[in-house]
Amino acid sequence: MRIHRVVLHVILCAAAGVFLFPLLVAVLTSIKPLGEIRDGSIFGLPQAPTLAAWSKAWASACIGTRCTGISAGFASSLSIVLPAVFGSCILGAITGFALSLKRSRPADLLLLTLIVSLFVPAQVILYPLIVVERELTIYGTRTGVIVADVIWSLPFVTLLFRNFFLSLPREIVAAASIDGAGFFTILFRVLLPLSVPAYAVALALQFTFLWNEFLFGLMLSAADKQPMTVMLNVLAGPEFGTLEYNVNMAAAMEAAVPTIAVYLLAGRLLARSISGRLSNG
Amino acid sequence: MDDAGRHPRRLRLSLMRDIALASAGLIACLGTYVLVGWTVALSLTGSRVLPSAEFVGTREYRRLFANVRWWTAVENLALYCLCVIGTCIVAGYLLAILVDRSRGWQGFYRTIFMLPMSMSFVVTGVVWQWLLNPALGIQHAVRELGWVDFRFDWLVRGDRAIYTLIIATIWQHTGLCMAMMLAGMQNVDANVWRLARIDAVPVWRVYAQVITPMLRPIFFTAAVVLFSMSVKSFDLVATLTGGGPGFSSDLPGRFVVDMIGRQDLGMAAAAATILLCTVCGALVPCLYLELRRYRSR
Repeated sequence: MRIHRVVLHVILCAAAGVFLFPLLVAVLTSIKPLGEIRDGSIFGLPQAPTLAAWSKAWASACIGTRCTGISAGFASSLSIVLPAVFGSCILGAITGFALSLKRSRPADLLLLTLIVSLFVPAQVILYPLIVVERELTIYGTRTGVIVADVIWSLPFVTLLFRNFFLSLPREIVAAASIDGAGFFTILFRVLLPLSVPAYAVALALQFTFLWNEFLFGLMLSAADKQPMTVMLNVLAGPEFGTLEYNVNMAAAMEAAVPTIAVYLLAGRLLARSISGRLSNG
Repeated sequence: MDDAGRHPRRLRLSLMRDIALASAGLIACLGTYVLVGWTVALSLTGSRVLPSAEFVGTREYRRLFANVRWWTAVENLALYCLCVIGTCIVAGYLLAILVDRSRGWQGFYRTIFMLPMSMSFVVTGVVWQWLLNPALGIQHAVRELGWVDFRFDWLVRGDRAIYTLIIATIWQHTGLCMAMMLAGMQNVDANVWRLARIDAVPVWRVYAQVITPMLRPIFFTAAVVLFSMSVKSFDLVATLTGGGPGFSSDLPGRFVVDMIGRQDLGMAAAAATILLCTVCGALVPCLYLELRRYRSR
């Protein structure tokens, strides 16, 4: 029995090592001076660790023609992601709550519509979206990306909230409505305290998805308003890649830190949401 | 809530519900379905730099099907789907079993295996590009260790570049499969294990003959999710290989965006429509299951 557990943990640790290896190499590379990278091996530990690459990636690396580092993308990403996350979560909560009330034919139809649109590739709507945004004069602005993000996240967030609200006892809504509470009073006063885990999961997932979003950021934003993922790709991507590997890795890690932080904070909750046990724990 | 009409306050609830449903329906229709229809319509016109209204029937589709790059992308997608779905599900399942057995350490291992999922494909692409760099990456490091003719230059080899995308995707998505299956295993009734212990059934047989059949819907969901991600995939190709060398590691999801960039709208729309049809193919069985579950509620 004991030997079994040792073998089990040895295998699991090996697998964990494989999973962590790329990130470890990236972090090690980012704190090595360029000379050590050229002459050494990627497995080698840094002889003279330095954070110079991190500060260069953040504040002074040249991306395209601008030498402001990836921090400009960080600000851009924040100003796109925060409104889009809150917008999509509120809209999703409202729609999800509406869908979780009494079943009706239009509600079923909307549910089907939303499930189908979960599967539509963004590439299919990309060009018409550009045309519409140009007509509305929001093409190239942050608003344009925010609008696209919110609309595009609506099905997922709605289904998440709908499934959560369905898992609550129906008597709560019935009792509140007999007491005279309206739609929004029930949603944001009565149900909110019970729904904290659902909101937390929705916020964490949406933050991760939208922070990591690339296609809309690439196609819909002007060069000086690009989000962090797009700037990272310009800095380190295959076409414009410079040879400063430590700066590239530092920039990649800087772009990854916010979502990794959210993941480590909300990981347990996210795991529970996968097993569909948000409401009873 | 059935007598909504008679009670003014209940009316308010159901009226607001209807308004919420109608607005969501409007957003979904305008934001997705009208735009989808627009693209499908565009694929039947001879649009180039600007959209045109000239109806050309299936001409753009015939041009697309005569395009070598498109077929390379489609073949790549088939290989990519096969390898990614197969490996992620098998590896995810095995890892889930191990994590499930590691009582007390589940949270720790799950956190590590799911960590790559929290990062952008762009980050993954940049990091793996560095690892796979033939001059300074893994190939170089292994040669330094003494294995002088070790060869791992897939990133710059036309016949192997697609596998670099597969490796990076597997690294990123195995954790998701693991988490889904682990969740399924933990929802298994504790009595299954109690009975198995009483009857002295070996652990591996419980997994093979009881748990695996119980998890069948999860295998199915994981396959559908991975398939739809593969068809949509753009970010990783764009950042890791850029479709290259040449067009050898292109995927249809990037082909469409590239064609929009090259201002060949008719062909881009035709390719996008094919993408849409492909995803719909996976959608039909999925919807069927969802509806069946919904009806039985």
